[in-house]
Amino acid sequence: MEITLNVNGKDKIFQVTPGDTLLKVLRREGYLGAKHGCEDGSCGACTVLVDGVARTSCTMLAVQAAGARITTIEALAGISKEGEGPVVGWRGNVELHPLQRAFVETGAIQCGYCTPAMILAAKALLDREPNPTAEQVRDALSGVLCRCTGYVKPVQAVLQAAAILCGERVPPLAEEPGEGAEWTSPSDQTHWPPEQVLPLFDRESPTNATEGPLPVTQGTVQTSAPPTLVAATHRETWHVVGKPEPKVDAVKLAQGRPVFAGDLQLRGMLVAKLLRSPYPHARIRRIDASKARSLPGVHAVLTFEDVPRVVYSTAGQSHPIPGPLDRVSFDNKVRFVGDRVAAVAAESEEIAEEALRLIEVEYEILPAILDVRQALDNPVIIHDEPDYVGFDHSDPQRNLAAQLHIELGDVDAAMQRADRIFEAEYTVPRVQQAPIEPYVCITYWDEDDRLTFYTSTQVPFHIRRILSPVLGLPVRRMRVIKPRIGGGFGNKQEVMIEDACAHLTIATGRPVKMEYTREEQFVSSTTRHAMIIRLRTGVTHDGRIVAQEMRVLSDTGAYGNHALTVTGNTAHKSLSLYNVPNIRFHGDVVYTNLPTAGAYRGYGVPQGFWAVETHMEWICREMGWDPLEFRLKNAVKAGDEHPMSKAWSEGRAPNPEIIQTCALAEAAQLGATRFSFRSAPEGKDYHIVPGKPHLRRGHGVALVMQGTAIPYLDMGAASIKMNDDGSFNLLIGATDLGTGSDTVIAQMVAEVLGCRLEDVIVYSSDTDMTPFDKGAYASSTTYISGGAAVRAAEQVAAQIRERAALIFNAGQSSQARVVKAEDIELHNRCAWAPDGRSLTLQEIALHALHTQDQRQIMGISSFVSPVSPPPFAAQFAEVTVDIETGQVTVERLLMALDCGVIVNPATASGQVEGGMTQALGYAVSEEMVFDANGRMLNPRFGDYHIFSADEMPEMQVLFVPTYEPSHPFGVKAVAEIPLDGVAPAVGNAVVDAVGVLIRDIPLTPEKVWRALRKAGA
Amino acid sequence: MPSRIVAFNLNGRDVEVMVKPLTTLQTVLREHLHLTATKSGCRQGGCGTCTVLVNGEPMLSCLLPVEDIAGQKVVTLEGITPIEGLHPIQQAFFDNYAIQCGYCSPGVIMVIKALLDRNPNPTRQEIMDAIAGNVCRCTGYEPILRAAEDAARRLQSA
Repeated sequence: MEITLNVNGKDKIFQVTPGDTLLKVLRREGYLGAKHGCEDGSCGACTVLVDGVARTSCTMLAVQAAGARITTIEALAGISKEGEGPVVGWRGNVELHPLQRAFVETGAIQCGYCTPAMILAAKALLDREPNPTAEQVRDALSGVLCRCTGYVKPVQAVLQAAAILCGERVPPLAEEPGEGAEWTSPSDQTHWPPEQVLPLFDRESPTNATEGPLPVTQGTVQTSAPPTLVAATHRETWHVVGKPEPKVDAVKLAQGRPVFAGDLQLRGMLVAKLLRSPYPHARIRRIDASKARSLPGVHAVLTFEDVPRVVYSTAGQSHPIPGPLDRVSFDNKVRFVGDRVAAVAAESEEIAEEALRLIEVEYEILPAILDVRQALDNPVIIHDEPDYVGFDHSDPQRNLAAQLHIELGDVDAAMQRADRIFEAEYTVPRVQQAPIEPYVCITYWDEDDRLTFYTSTQVPFHIRRILSPVLGLPVRRMRVIKPRIGGGFGNKQEVMIEDACAHLTIATGRPVKMEYTREEQFVSSTTRHAMIIRLRTGVTHDGRIVAQEMRVLSDTGAYGNHALTVTGNTAHKSLSLYNVPNIRFHGDVVYTNLPTAGAYRGYGVPQGFWAVETHMEWICREMGWDPLEFRLKNAVKAGDEHPMSKAWSEGRAPNPEIIQTCALAEAAQLGATRFSFRSAPEGKDYHIVPGKPHLRRGHGVALVMQGTAIPYLDMGAASIKMNDDGSFNLLIGATDLGTGSDTVIAQMVAEVLGCRLEDVIVYSSDTDMTPFDKGAYASSTTYISGGAAVRAAEQVAAQIRERAALIFNAGQSSQARVVKAEDIELHNRCAWAPDGRSLTLQEIALHALHTQDQRQIMGISSFVSPVSPPPFAAQFAEVTVDIETGQVTVERLLMALDCGVIVNPATASGQVEGGMTQALGYAVSEEMVFDANGRMLNPRFGDYHIFSADEMPEMQVLFVPTYEPSHPFGVKAVAEIPLDGVAPAVGNAVVDAVGVLIRDIPLTPEKVWRALRKAGA
Repeated sequence: MPSRIVAFNLNGRDVEVMVKPLTTLQTVLREHLHLTATKSGCRQGGCGTCTVLVNGEPMLSCLLPVEDIAGQKVVTLEGITPIEGLHPIQQAFFDNYAIQCGYCSPGVIMVIKALLDRNPNPTRQEIMDAIAGNVCRCTGYEPILRAAEDAARRLQSA
């Protein structure tokens, strides 16, 4: 049928079917700023304005919108002579709406997938309420879920835009940081006493006494805890590194441009759908796809009968994969509810879905293992296939995907000497990364019959290598491109759907697009490993930990991707924080008939620290010890050997490492002061909430550490070439997931080359065009890929200096002072001779390319590290517990971190805020729940609760930087550590509030209420 | 004037297209059906790169209103290209370096296909006459003539 819709002020005629949603029609017609994140209006990524009201276009039929005014993100941006955005030739510059500009400038955009929806929801608010409170902003944004930012900066952006639209002057974010203290050597760790704190954005700071900050404190919700940077993060001579530069991809994301994999539209593209198993464990006795194949519009149906059987691992890791090869593209056996049975490619989604219904499958239902404690040595064997390839200690006959055992010192003897031994069991649930963009992949044959993948992935290079045998295609016949991606968080460190999509393109010769629904994203991608952790700790009366023993039972689900390495990381990080000479770790990673676990930001460490840091609280309470003093007394320090480094390295030979930098004690002390940890003004009892006798307040702390990349393994590379105008093309294999790695790497390059960030044109993640990079995981990109880019930039800088010296010295008589290349400095887009003469980078580039001894100024380099310098952090939490209902409300979170030098405080604090928000869900609300048949009961947002803007606690980030000597800019990782401490800090705050210690998360009202009743009884 | 539906057989499959009057076959192939092997060089019948076969005869698709071929059989380069590998004429072009920029090749190949279908063993002059309507700016035609002779040999020995 034909309908007229008014889109962005113009009436247009659309051909629709009665069942078409507004989202489908808008996207089909090229309004690609509205995104698919779910199918039931719960994520809000598809929000558009209908008659000025924010509505989810996925739950609205196109015919319902007939006659209404529809506004999409495309309406907001224009081009004009007055525009301030990127230049677009003679027409002027990109002109952004004040909301878009504010989102760009405040760092409110990470992956950018929910950004168009947020901006439109905010626009609807500002159109009716020009001067909103922070609470109103949070309310307006509450229908749009964001998994990256933690909402701090989006709320700040909306308030800033409101102020600008009201005519207020708003100071830029990029205030000059405080005095740049020179870095001291790593052995001299005392770079600041707390009174030298130099806040970067703190509105109370006298150094930032411009107009009062953004109108952020109105309303009852404390919105903005601007990231506070402590101590100087940069040398005085740094101009780009250390600054909160807007992300290089922020403008296009704010405009809602079609930059994600699902936005690509190709001629003749087919839609792919998967038939998934309804049973947790079954053998396919018979499968008949003939009816499906004969349905008009169906181009291919693939089952195990059609595709060669090649075992592989979906884990996106370096060669050789440190885990079992236990997966094939299509199998005659299914191992969990949601496991893949068949794939269809058809001319439309509706035809593909109808084809799925026509596939006849006869299952022989097998007994299933749904309880992780029953898995080991169960007579039911989940992987009985003969072509299973084990790794290390995996044993499919025992349902054992991986096993590891580590002994350091003599635990048994040390336990004998201990004055008290504490032993308890902790459990952590299966949770999902839940990026707002579900898995989406497009495959097509390019004009040279090379198979091209345009896919939402963290590991483009690993995909190519891993799929080569699976598809029977040499690596050189494949190209993998990662466009912008709508969040990954480890979920997309996997070869999850690319194989099926590629098989369909091979079968049909046509471009094929496969996109997960939200339910598929929950069930048929990956999750965090659920674990049962038994921890035994021996302490002496003088407050020393003398021995630790951890036994982990980890549930890898139906397949063993990341099974060994996640659990190894649990040991490697959570048992290294305290410098205990005697450590025993045993991990059994078992198969069950539940969805597959994999990589999730933190990679086993949040599980470990839930146990360790809850355990430490228990010990302190039993022994009457101060929680910070006891922890810091036992924690590792700079100069110590990394305890686990001599025992474990991702299943490879370990290499002992010395920890060079550690400001954990300073972070903990500073954090405690800023947080008013377990204290209240004027000596009041902070446990009491005035006027609310049913509420009890509590404070909790947890100390945590992570790592930075995998030593001797993770490699990233970069190449840089100089252009005629003195700009540079930076090509990196590194994979920006929205984290900002393209930006921070370009900042480091700009610093070395003495140019501005805008002079560095970043192109990343394309296996044809960019050098290798292992991908975005293990907290490595700024350190590894950034290190490679710095080295390449140093080569380029040396060539620029040589060229400049050539020009400076041309025509000089032999008596004249000769300028030496090494004396030339690069800054302000110029090369400066010691005598004060200068040449612009453009002059140098033109000379090199066109004038004399012509050559291309360019560099290429790689970076691999012999060490994995740990970042450290202290996490503080304040909760109120309702003793009548068991409701735990997290009021405040503060994380004080030593992540080395902070290259970009806006993106780094954004990582911490967003990470803490994911960890907050882990602490109190997130859990995948299954029925007795292994079917997930809550595979949708809402039932699976991730935090929305109006539910957030106040969050503060405090960086306490050190200078890590193994990296040219002294950086350490920031991405994963924010996931580690929130759950135990919240749990410890609950103990502090009401005296009950709960050993399994999430801390749901029911669980807390039951514990309170039990304690009261 | 209103659009109307035109049905014809394309590369062995019946197709229907909804077109405005005087829409050329070339536009239908390239814009409506996204079959882009058929090229557009002049849109005035002067270059031959848009040549397709209609009922086995080479025709300039840029001058042909699609209504005029209703119900007839059209074959384009896509229609003679096998799923794997190349048609013998294509292979001969490849082996004899008859392709430089490649823009005229689809039209030339269709003309030679028509020629060899009715005259499996043409003389050099007959080939030259056949491709007289196809302009090539790269090769100087000699490699094309060699390719056509080679293709004739291959097809006869096959």
